[in-house]
Amino acid sequence: MIWNEEFETLPREELEILQLKRLKDLVQRSYYRVKPYRDKMDEAGIKPEHIRSLADLQKLPFTTKDFLRDNYPFGLFTLPLDQVVRVHASSGTTGKPTVVGYTKRDIETWAEVMARALACGGVHRGDVVHNAYGYGLFTGGLGAHYGAEKLGATVVPISGGQTKRQIMIMQDFGSNVLLATPSYALNIAETMEDMGVDSSKLSLRVGIFGAEPWSENMREEVEKKLGLKAIDIYGLSEIIGPGVSMECIEAQHGMHIFEDHFMPEIIDPDSGQVLPLGEKGELVFTTLTKQAFPLIRYRTKDITRLIAEPCICGRTFMRMEKITGRTDDMLIIRGVNVFPTQVEHVLMGIEGVEPHYQIIVNREGSMDTMEVQVEVSEQLFSDEVKNLEKLSKRIQVEIKDLIGSSCKITLVEPKTIQRSEGKAKRVIDNRKI
Amino acid sequence: MKVDQIAVFLENKSGRLAAITKALSDNNINIRALSVADTADFGILRLIVDDTDKATRVLKEEGFTVGKTDVVAVEVADKPGGLGRVLAVLHEAGINVEYMYAFVEKSSENAVLIFRFDDPDMAITILQNAGIKILTGEEVRSI
Repeated sequence: MIWNEEFETLPREELEILQLKRLKDLVQRSYYRVKPYRDKMDEAGIKPEHIRSLADLQKLPFTTKDFLRDNYPFGLFTLPLDQVVRVHASSGTTGKPTVVGYTKRDIETWAEVMARALACGGVHRGDVVHNAYGYGLFTGGLGAHYGAEKLGATVVPISGGQTKRQIMIMQDFGSNVLLATPSYALNIAETMEDMGVDSSKLSLRVGIFGAEPWSENMREEVEKKLGLKAIDIYGLSEIIGPGVSMECIEAQHGMHIFEDHFMPEIIDPDSGQVLPLGEKGELVFTTLTKQAFPLIRYRTKDITRLIAEPCICGRTFMRMEKITGRTDDMLIIRGVNVFPTQVEHVLMGIEGVEPHYQIIVNREGSMDTMEVQVEVSEQLFSDEVKNLEKLSKRIQVEIKDLIGSSCKITLVEPKTIQRSEGKAKRVIDNRKI
Repeated sequence: MKVDQIAVFLENKSGRLAAITKALSDNNINIRALSVADTADFGILRLIVDDTDKATRVLKEEGFTVGKTDVVAVEVADKPGGLGRVLAVLHEAGINVEYMYAFVEKSSENAVLIFRFDDPDMAITILQNAGIKILTGEEVRSI
């Protein structure tokens, strides 16, 4: 089902007229209301009136996560806080999170795109939607929640954790739709096996999985184990949260980008040049309608390509392929974004810790585990076991406090972590995704 | 009256202890006493050797993390109750033992107890006042 037929099937020419009108407005708002944007555009010699066509978007400077950090927490909001009804946050590259704000209308826009996304996955009024995305500062839980309510579905705001109870509730409530990270969906499937609950005892029809990369193999596995159709959803808090793009159940191939709100570009991550349509590169988004926290040419660091061919579902929006990689070393562990620099930030805050560390990521069953290896310098070393155990506990707690994900700390002998020439190899990711 | 002990960090993988003993023997360093503390993830080797400075240098050159600690060596008769009496004295004085290990002297009827205390000077005073014999570093190295 198409939730908003008027916009989702808009002929491309009309869509482009709408996009240009919105883009001009966006640039005006950003330039005149936000000094950091104005400074950046002045530096590039661009004025709002220079934006006359959609191609002129390319003249605008990029926005990066570092730029967001420099203006932490509310420096890029285009409206005063009395217009902002909600904030969310995601991991920053160091100690400070990336903060995003929403006006009342932004929350409505988010619910709209999320309702479209759910409808794209075949969800409809009357469905019982089991929402296992985390509720809180993370955009997953609340974003999906508002969209499902707008759609008219019955939302079970279960959030993450207590898996056995979740399975009981899905059984008892007759849930048709599961919203979760793909790894948590697999965890649910494995827990069901342990409990002896067959998927036929559940009423699941569709699973909408996102917030971390997953493969076609994982799709097959989770579809078989849970007896549902698994659909991919994409989003990031900077752009709005979940609901930036969504696979349709008809094609299950590529995620339709809600282009009347989010304008995509694919660039060469090194040169910053826009690549011809269909080529693989870094995904860049401009938010056309967001009020409190709009972004111009935000570099997502996700690698994908755009698909312009019309889709069998009837939507005219372009699709993006599954994310195949990142231009940086961001890790997604159990749905949580982790930057090696965050781990480094914690380690550097502890006196005597050497700047040599390595992060090892494994997948045990369906769960991702993170191990941080730290070299024991003379300054850290003690002849007493309790002191070394206290040290590793402290590192563990500080990492957990900062990134919200637990990890195992392994103390290793000095100079055992491989030294590289040039860029240090900080991460060994053994997951086969 | 304190004795130098060296401690070496051991990663939990095979061959590490062997690498240490080889480095020491190649440099003609003799181990007087040793103990290993092990946890699920790592170990700590504690050694008393005949040449502490040389051993420290050699092991550092081999890339090990080495620390130096003051421990207290106590000589007791090698017979039942020898250790018990020392521990009773420490207990009464409220002195906590961080860890300890022991070895038997080959040329006498005595045993040597190596103690790690938070405050070794205080422990030495209390032990001496109780008439317990404390060995010097020189004495331990020449056993």
